[in-house]
Amino acid sequence: MTSLVKSRLIKFLLSLIIVLIAVLIIIFNLRDNIIYFYGPTELLKNPDKQGQIMRLGGLVSVDSVQNETDSIFYFSITDGDNEIEVKYEGILPNLFAEDKGVVVEGVYMNDGRFIANKVLAKHDENYMPPEVMETLKKSGKWQGE
Amino acid sequence: MYIKINNNHIELIKSANPYLIFATTFVFIIGLYYSLFQSPPDYIQGDSMRIMYIHVPSAWFALMTYSILAGSCVLWFITRNPLFNVVARSIAQVGMVFTLMSLITGSIWGKPTWGVWWVWDARLTSMLILFFLYIAYIFLWQAISNKELASKISAALAIIGFINIPIIKFSVDWWNTLHQPASISKLSAPSIDVSMLIPLFLMTAACFLFLVTVSLIRFRLVLIENKMLRTSN
Repeated sequence: MTSLVKSRLIKFLLSLIIVLIAVLIIIFNLRDNIIYFYGPTELLKNPDKQGQIMRLGGLVSVDSVQNETDSIFYFSITDGDNEIEVKYEGILPNLFAEDKGVVVEGVYMNDGRFIANKVLAKHDENYMPPEVMETLKKSGKWQGE
Repeated sequence: MYIKINNNHIELIKSANPYLIFATTFVFIIGLYYSLFQSPPDYIQGDSMRIMYIHVPSAWFALMTYSILAGSCVLWFITRNPLFNVVARSIAQVGMVFTLMSLITGSIWGKPTWGVWWVWDARLTSMLILFFLYIAYIFLWQAISNKELASKISAALAIIGFINIPIIKFSVDWWNTLHQPASISKLSAPSIDVSMLIPLFLMTAACFLFLVTVSLIRFRLVLIENKMLRTSN
């Protein structure tokens, strides 16, 4: 390695470290804005978030979906520990189902309920053909609904 | 480590070109056949999950191509061997196409699955930034007429932009995102059924061949461009 190449390498590594530190500082300070949704536990821990527009995500609690009319729905979102009741008026996405992931956008009310104006179905990382699901259900290994 | 490209190398690349184009087309057709006809639909998503077979390889190669691009720029910066600069400029366009493909196919998948075309979550936003980084790299080099300076500035941009790659990769683990976490590149067994891994593997091979074929064509073009720039000065 010539001395010129060596000095370039050192300068390069130094500037790399500086840029890394800068990016880490930015990401660390922006983390509240980077997350797309809060979980029920995070919201319940922060009562000062009440009255704000935000997104809430988690699994739709089993047996919690009720509809008043064809377009007004009540359901709960859970993260396993806590759950928050959601009211939504509109059309639910096709993949919306109990025990499946969901992200809702709306207002976290002062009484602890969530009034959603948008519901997004969140897909998980599992892919399988319908036959495999049937086999899993038969053998009792099925984890889903 | 000074590697020099001579006319024999270029002739070799040139003669391999038709075979590479044939291989790419062949594997793409087989891959598409398996994706569309020889694989089952997903138990909840139905047929729309077939978009995954083009979306996932595109996204992988968008990240991989950028890593090679940034790696070549680092090597060029340190050694100043012009070959690394040529490599970086050869693959930038293909990488941009892969990024655009993954953004478009992801959007088409998002509408029936999530209910929206686009959300500003960490994964989608960082992927859009990657697309802008590719464009900026390509345009910066073209816009600056002093090519020595152009190479330095665009390489610096590519290297600094590399910080985006781990952010894209781990965004789904670090933050809450609407995008699902990785199904394959994780420590436990892949959470995709084997019958779906075959078309995914074939499409990945097809995208890899596409990357190699287009990059080698670009490689020759960049060399010619360099020669023309040298003679016009």
